[in-house]
Amino acid sequence: MEIYFINLKLFNFVNSSTINFSTFFAMENMHLKLKIWRQGGKFAPKGEFVTYELDNVSEHMSFLEMLDVLNEKLISQREEPVAFEHDCREGICGTCSMVINGHPHGPNAGTTTCQLHMRFFKDGDTVTIEPFRAKSFPVIKDLVVDREAFDRIIQAGGFISASTGQAQDANAIPVSKELASASFDAAACIGCGACVAACPNASAMLFVSAKVSHLALLPQGKVEAKRRALAMVKQMDQEGFGNCSNITACEAECPKGISVENIARLNREYISAAFAFEEKEDKGGGAG
Amino acid sequence: MALNGKVPAGNLTEKWTKYRATMPLVAPNNKRRLDIIVVGSGLAGAAAAASLGELGYNVKCFTFHDSPRRAHSIAAQGGINAAKNYRNDGDSTYRLFYDTIKGGDYRAREANVYRLAEVSASIIDQAVAQGVPFAREYGGLLDNRSFGGVQVSRTFYARGQTGQQLLIGAYQSLSRQISLGSVEMFNRHEMLDVVLVDGKARGIIARNLLTGELERHAAHAVVLATGGYGNVFYLSTNAMMCNVTAAWRSVRRGALMANPCFTQIHPTCIPVSGDYQSKLTLMSESLRNDGRVWVPQKQEDAAAIRSGHKNALDIPEEDRDYFLERRYPAFGNLVPRDVASRAAKIACDEGLGVAPTGLAVYLDFSAAIERYGRSKANMQGNHHADQKTIVELGERVVEEKYGNLFAMYEKITGENPYKMPMKIYPAVHYTMGGLWVDYNLETNIPGLFAAGECNFSDHGANRLGASALMQGLADGYFVLPYTIGNFLSNDIRTPKFDPNSAEFVQAEADVKGRIDQLMNAQGKQSVESFHRRLGKIMWEKCGMARNAEGLTQARRMIQELREEFYKDVFVPGSATGDYNPELEKALRVADFFEMGELMVIDALNRQESCGGHFREEYQTEEGEALRDDANYAYVAAWSYSGWDTDPVLHKEDLVFENVELKSRSYK
Ligand SMILES: Cc1cc2nc3c(=O)[nH]c(=O)nc-3n(C[C@H](O)[C@H](O)[C@H](O)COP(=O)(O)OP(=O)(O)OC[C@H]3O[C@@H](n4cnc5c(N)ncnc54)[C@H](O)[C@@H]3O)c2cc1C
Ligand code: SF4
Ligand code: FES
Repeated sequence: MEIYFINLKLFNFVNSSTINFSTFFAMENMHLKLKIWRQGGKFAPKGEFVTYELDNVSEHMSFLEMLDVLNEKLISQREEPVAFEHDCREGICGTCSMVINGHPHGPNAGTTTCQLHMRFFKDGDTVTIEPFRAKSFPVIKDLVVDREAFDRIIQAGGFISASTGQAQDANAIPVSKELASASFDAAACIGCGACVAACPNASAMLFVSAKVSHLALLPQGKVEAKRRALAMVKQMDQEGFGNCSNITACEAECPKGISVENIARLNREYISAAFAFEEKEDKGGGAG
Repeated sequence: MALNGKVPAGNLTEKWTKYRATMPLVAPNNKRRLDIIVVGSGLAGAAAAASLGELGYNVKCFTFHDSPRRAHSIAAQGGINAAKNYRNDGDSTYRLFYDTIKGGDYRAREANVYRLAEVSASIIDQAVAQGVPFAREYGGLLDNRSFGGVQVSRTFYARGQTGQQLLIGAYQSLSRQISLGSVEMFNRHEMLDVVLVDGKARGIIARNLLTGELERHAAHAVVLATGGYGNVFYLSTNAMMCNVTAAWRSVRRGALMANPCFTQIHPTCIPVSGDYQSKLTLMSESLRNDGRVWVPQKQEDAAAIRSGHKNALDIPEEDRDYFLERRYPAFGNLVPRDVASRAAKIACDEGLGVAPTGLAVYLDFSAAIERYGRSKANMQGNHHADQKTIVELGERVVEEKYGNLFAMYEKITGENPYKMPMKIYPAVHYTMGGLWVDYNLETNIPGLFAAGECNFSDHGANRLGASALMQGLADGYFVLPYTIGNFLSNDIRTPKFDPNSAEFVQAEADVKGRIDQLMNAQGKQSVESFHRRLGKIMWEKCGMARNAEGLTQARRMIQELREEFYKDVFVPGSATGDYNPELEKALRVADFFEMGELMVIDALNRQESCGGHFREEYQTEEGEALRDDANYAYVAAWSYSGWDTDPVLHKEDLVFENVELKSRSYK
């Protein structure tokens, strides 16, 4: 398991809490060159990069607000705006999903695209923006991809079977603060898919292991833990996600700091489950 | 139309128990024959769809999101209330009921609120059983915090992501039902109309957002759990796609919209920074447990801060005005939201605001950091800790409680809130108004139900913090799955409805007409620009303070803007065969215009101040809201038939048998 304790600093090459350009100067009119992946509609069905120039970008804008401004400009020129997904714009819904300068959710650690601010860019920068790329996340249009495979993995077993009204008093099962906290750490996953986009194998192990850990760590979730691990891994393989080969790029790019320790936990659950159930299914990529 | 809330007879404390015990039931074999459409997969929708599926109904659940897990509920931060009395601090079902009625400024229906308080405890049990990792104490039992407007500690929480964890719980239960085949899920489908057959709701028209195709879906009953309409204001803390279309389209088919002017302005949000601003970010109310709200006492200090010549730390203690603590000593920083928001507005109106725009006050954690740090040091046996150690320890405690909120604040503003007080300002956050429903959560259209934020039911004129999650889940898990049986028990022999019947075909044609009208306008202005302008009118004239003159103007301005919209909007792309988010937005903004006008009409009609509705003409000498119970203790439910006729008001008188109407005091 030691293999997973990698120095995270390697990947945090911009740390949002230490660098704060706004205290030095306020930029209200940056000029940016945006290389954006366009796909579908009047653009190539297989996609192509199109370059746009944008003026008057303020450092106070969020990255998505910068794209809003670009889209307003395109619409005013009667062109089709760039399709991208977003909703909460505060880092919790997991909808926003683009790759910015080679990094899912951009270069800042622990930050979703919607939380990235323009003060981390400089006047004259060229910014490359593309969709999450993975076989199991087909592109719908421009920067929008289909991530329903994640839903199907949860449907396969990512739950506790507790129908409404069957519950006992909430304080009947004490859960230690440490355990509740560890479970929460895993449950913080927002289902964005950046881990898949970051992985050269397009593996979904970080996502799957976060769910398995969230539930298996709690006494309520223990009962079904083995069945859950088997079913979710099986579905993951069926969806065509790749194998995990311990590259840990997922952890580095995950905006919610989901740890690869979860993958180790999933492997343990999976292996003991496979024995317990003597399942004969093809373990394919297995749990890595 | 006489409005009958269908509140069961009997003692307040026994109504629900007795009603439930005597309700007609639908036998399991009949449930399988009955189809229910649930629109929405937020807390209310996911809970309802999962529970109805578990009961054995055939459920179809719709969301415009790409996954049910992305519903706006995911963003709720602070917590969820429940009358568990785990703290032994005197909480009870009655006290939660009373706090909610009082907090809502006596404009909610007693029986509904009591039921909400009654089922609240089961929600926590259910969530824990699903694996929601609520905060715990060292002994392993559940922890609580306090929220505004109450003097007990009854809020359960999962760090600053309570909504996320509760929604994931409901989503997982929903996913289980999907895998079992009792719920069919339609992601990326937007409901654009409800279909009535013989006056009853029997289906919907939904647009497949990927292909643009219109689809007809029939069922025996339709449940809307489509969230609130705060985005009428353009800028709000709501997720970008929240909208009123599902509810509004039902109004256009005869449903009543109740108390539309009751909107909640949340006191603690990150202030607006520029014209390009797309949304506002909430800083959870839980922060007011530990944060102290203040502005400088002197205008010259405030001016120096605004121009960047001073900062918060330059203002000595004696020159600060902790205005909530001063004005409301009993509740201090934990007064209800409407009261806190107005107080911040007054401070800024007096020239004491601390952001360059003049619109911000401080939320300061230094006292809490010091207090926690000292206590932590003492716990470690270090009774003579130096200031640096105390601050370090204190910051760690604060980080544990609010770390994600502080990080979010820093990401957006670039300032470190551990060192420098947060700057906050009120923003639109929640809509108490919504579809009128009776005790069964059924609208005046038989077979059309509304749950969660999209109904008006429980919060009166102001919602208390941590009560929306409670209400959404109460409706979805513990109320609607029972009460819908009342309606469906009459339908056990009704065969499936034909989605090719004339009613469905006509409704689809109507939707297509609306889409064509927008696509064909081919004007010059973007949808976004119209939405922004509508929002500005709403915020300025129908926001934190309203008056007859402004509201009258607003109505005219909205009508003019709406005309301009239909003439000059430009929607790029095509309506079919393609994914077209601009068209989605256009359809939503079109409905916001009509809803916005109705809000203004409702605000004009209500000549009193109550909760979030503050009419400047009606205030006490101290500037507090002045209610008029003799004339306005009613629910204003409006029917709307089109631009050419004025909406018609229907009143449901509010009868208070169990609480005495008092002027709300938090002093
Ligand atoms: C930032 C923030 C923080 C909050 N924090 C708290 C808190 O700490 N405690 C608390 O109690 N409350 C809180 N609230 C309020 C609370 O989150 C909401 O009131 C509540 O989650 C609403 O839940 P809902 O299920 O009614 O609707 P939503 O969660 O908004 O769900 C609506 C659903 O309907 C679907 N939908 C809507 N229209 C259509 C359509 N036409 N066709 C198809 N699908 C449609 C959407 O896709 C979505 O699935 C907070 C709100 C905000 C904005
Ligand atoms: S593990 Fe991280 S990157 Fe992967 S889906 Fe969850 S939050 Fe996103
Ligand atoms: S838009 Fe919700 S996480 Fe980015």
